[in-house]
Amino acid sequence: MFSNIDLQQLVFGRLTLEAIPYHEPILLVTFAAVALGGLALVGAVTWYGQWGYLWREWFTSVDHKKIGIMYIILAIVMLLRGFADAIMMVTQKALSVGEAQGYLPPHHYDQIFTAHGTIMIFFMAMPFVTGVMNYIMPLQIGARDVAFPFLNNFSFWMTAGGAILTMLSLFVGEFARTGWLAYPPLSGAAYSPGVGVDYYIWSLQIAGVGTTLSAINLIATIVKMRAPGMTMMKLPVFCWTTLASNAIIVTIFPVLTATLALLACDRYVGTHFFTNDYGGNSMLYMNLIWIWGHPEVYVLVLPAFGIYSEIVSTFCGKRLFGYTSMVYATAVIALVSWLTWLHHFFTMGAGANVNAFFGITTMIISIPTGAKVFNWLFTMYRGKIRFEGPFIWVMGFIPTFVLGGLTGVLLAVPPADFVLHNSLFLVAHFHNVIIGGVVFGLLAGVQYWFPKAFGFRLDPFWGKVSFWCWLVGFWVVFTPIYALGLMGETRRTQHFDDPSVQPYLMVAAFGAFIIMAGILAFVVQLLVSILRREQLRDLTGDPWGGRTLEWSTSSPPPPYNFAFTPVVHDLDAWWDMKKRGHERPAGGFRPIHMPCNTAMGMTLAALSTVLGFALVWYVWWLAALSLIALIAVSIRHTFNYHTSFYIPAAEVNRLEAQRAAQLVGRV
Amino acid sequence: MHEVTAPPGATAPVFYEQEEHAHGDGGTLLGFWLYLMSDCLIFAVLFACYGVLGRNYAAGPSGAELFDLKLVALNTSLLLLSSITYGFAMLKMEEEQVDAVLRWLAATGVLGAGFLAIEFYEFAHLIHEGATPQRSAFLSSFFLLVGTHGLHVTFGIIWLVTLMFQVRQHGLIADNQRRLLCLSMFWHFLDVVWIGVFTFVYLMGATR
Amino acid sequence: MSAPAHPVHGTGPHMHGTGHGPAHGTRSGYMTGFILSVILTAIPFWLVMGDVLDSKLKTDIVIMGFAVVQIFVHMIYFLHLNMKSEGGWTFLALVFTLTLVLITLVGSIWVMYHMDQNMMPMSPNEALHKP
Repeated sequence: MFSNIDLQQLVFGRLTLEAIPYHEPILLVTFAAVALGGLALVGAVTWYGQWGYLWREWFTSVDHKKIGIMYIILAIVMLLRGFADAIMMVTQKALSVGEAQGYLPPHHYDQIFTAHGTIMIFFMAMPFVTGVMNYIMPLQIGARDVAFPFLNNFSFWMTAGGAILTMLSLFVGEFARTGWLAYPPLSGAAYSPGVGVDYYIWSLQIAGVGTTLSAINLIATIVKMRAPGMTMMKLPVFCWTTLASNAIIVTIFPVLTATLALLACDRYVGTHFFTNDYGGNSMLYMNLIWIWGHPEVYVLVLPAFGIYSEIVSTFCGKRLFGYTSMVYATAVIALVSWLTWLHHFFTMGAGANVNAFFGITTMIISIPTGAKVFNWLFTMYRGKIRFEGPFIWVMGFIPTFVLGGLTGVLLAVPPADFVLHNSLFLVAHFHNVIIGGVVFGLLAGVQYWFPKAFGFRLDPFWGKVSFWCWLVGFWVVFTPIYALGLMGETRRTQHFDDPSVQPYLMVAAFGAFIIMAGILAFVVQLLVSILRREQLRDLTGDPWGGRTLEWSTSSPPPPYNFAFTPVVHDLDAWWDMKKRGHERPAGGFRPIHMPCNTAMGMTLAALSTVLGFALVWYVWWLAALSLIALIAVSIRHTFNYHTSFYIPAAEVNRLEAQRAAQLVGRV
Repeated sequence: MHEVTAPPGATAPVFYEQEEHAHGDGGTLLGFWLYLMSDCLIFAVLFACYGVLGRNYAAGPSGAELFDLKLVALNTSLLLLSSITYGFAMLKMEEEQVDAVLRWLAATGVLGAGFLAIEFYEFAHLIHEGATPQRSAFLSSFFLLVGTHGLHVTFGIIWLVTLMFQVRQHGLIADNQRRLLCLSMFWHFLDVVWIGVFTFVYLMGATR
Repeated sequence: MSAPAHPVHGTGPHMHGTGHGPAHGTRSGYMTGFILSVILTAIPFWLVMGDVLDSKLKTDIVIMGFAVVQIFVHMIYFLHLNMKSEGGWTFLALVFTLTLVLITLVGSIWVMYHMDQNMMPMSPNEALHKP
């Protein structure tokens, strides 16, 4: 048996030179661009001698603020990648009608739609949401950091490791061609023997560990580290949605991990969970993956709801209408999100009872969501509304999201779903809620909290350009796609035979370019704001007239966030403090206990990524080696008992005096 | 609902906490508990798989033909015993007796290793008889469920040994006490999972 | 989290490790738990190995009942679960998780069983010989 295993296979597994797609011009150009861009970046960092700074102040940092920013940078980079996939898809669709075949062969096209879905959910939306929660939530509850700062750094690097593995599949081998949830039997060893699905499995497993640990971390932070006086019913709404979202994450990501592990067993060991033969049942995979998948939607959208709530009450200068109902609506959504998963496969063949049950639960979940919309509207009612950068996103969100929600309720009716299942109507629906709900919310959050993180506002003009391009572009893309879905066109098709659909596809492709203009305007906004930062500077730390505690500290906040922990008397704690004339303490500062930076998170995540790569390519020696190293390094890490230090009182004094000077200089 | 809690007429409510307070245990125990909760869901998926696929024998052997309940009973008693020995280690930790703690931890580790050895023997025996995980969906789900529990026990033992070294090195300092408490939760949690395994998989499988 | 009205007093830095004082248990507690769990383990094994009850269904139901009781015994005597530790949050997390575990188990089995009934009705004997 061992005689015909040659040395190359022993060393490189199934990795050969053919795995490098140098014969694909599109990938070659992409690779050249990425390589040149990467080299330029590395060169610039080296030229300016910033490696030490990056390493000390960012990569090894355990500060929740820096980790939050790194999450968001990762998300924006992955947004660009995922959006490039989207543009390629719609242009291919528009060009490939009737006789014409477009420019993407099916083999490539299938990878693109899989990568688009996987990246946008796991490596764009998830890190973006986690980043915002990481940055804002501890500030809102008056804490100095999260409960487990080291774990936070580790979680970030695991997510980044998963993203790197996914990106690697572009240039080494291929990605899955199965759709973003990799349904078996197609994703089984029999029908997808290549490395694509293995890349998919291991990048999600690695990122999933990070996501689960980060959720545990954030829950423990909210439970244990709230400022004195902040009872649960004085918790800002964004923190409530963070809590609910992370409670869902802690319970669903293990389901994803276990399900993907079973799929991995089918592929690697030859078990029969989801195969067609030997008693396996592929529908069980659909069932399990959607037990993860449906609540995941609420993981993303609940924090976005929290962001909208904060923005609405700030820019209307009013307390949020119906805070209590908002909290209960959040809790109910979190629980009921666990009872709707089957609506993703009504057509599976379960009987009417099952379909009716899940149809009804799906409709029920729209009720608390609707209650939230009314709460926002009533907050605006008779408010002094300021239509500034962050607020216009809310105005775009409400109509867009409501329409998306309505098409969702339509899809929840099982007979209607039998017609619309797997059609472009469904594609339009979930883009409607995810772009209109989640992406708009996150971009609004960036506009809102950017001055907190960097000390200057974002340029309002380019922000408006970006918003209008996104909003108009979104509807131009997805209105025709809704129509095509109703006409019966299915999703994930690389080619359409019927030439009458081409006008619709052309319009959709045109809309995608409008969205691209929106993304570019966002990038321009960032650059312009950095150039004009002196004009946009905010020294107060409270540029919008905010209501919650994050606005009570300087922008950007000092490493320890608050020199003295604030004491909370009211739901809108900072508003209350301003109204009742609080006095900033000017002296009596003490040394502050803080966690040390560590390179351990990055090391462990790097080892995990190598392990994933080795498993994808069957490089068994490397897999074994990195697994052993992973365990050994983890154990070694537990022998380090000295993980914290004190910021001396003099340093605190210096920073607080600086802040006091800023405040006086402005007044 | 959201009334201001400071007494009315109070001119200067306290807005900043001028004194530093210690941070308690920093939430480690709660965080670890949440991790265990997430682990519950991993086992829930594996149990659900076994529930759905557990009778898909594919014309292969069934549980009634394969399971040796005497072996399972022995295994279960080892795990139960290891639970109580870990409990004694915790009691000795309260009394700050390092040597006694180490002795009870060692006993726990030996019992856990015995459990693993028996499970390993059982698996080897099944595979030798041709009842491999590849034979049928029933066997796939059986091996994965029981094997995942075994994997957890393995990591528990690695952790236990590490912790024994650390207790020897630093004594029963607060950090180590907290770690012992976490491992205690982990170990007892594995017990609870095992109750589900022996009931649903072995006992109910053997009656079929 | 389904019970937001939980009043949690004295949070954050104020929480001087209160609420888990008796978390380590006592000797008598451990012994009670151990003896109970030995009994609760021995009876189901005896029921199955000795073929005591006449029907399989009855045996299954009884041993499942024992399992549930034993799980509670372990939770209380070994994991020292109570409704007060960490301001009630551990208990709340447990209830939330058990609900979801139940949904996962019952839901999956119901959904998949329903599909089998609907799509490929076959007798257990046929199922046994399904390739």
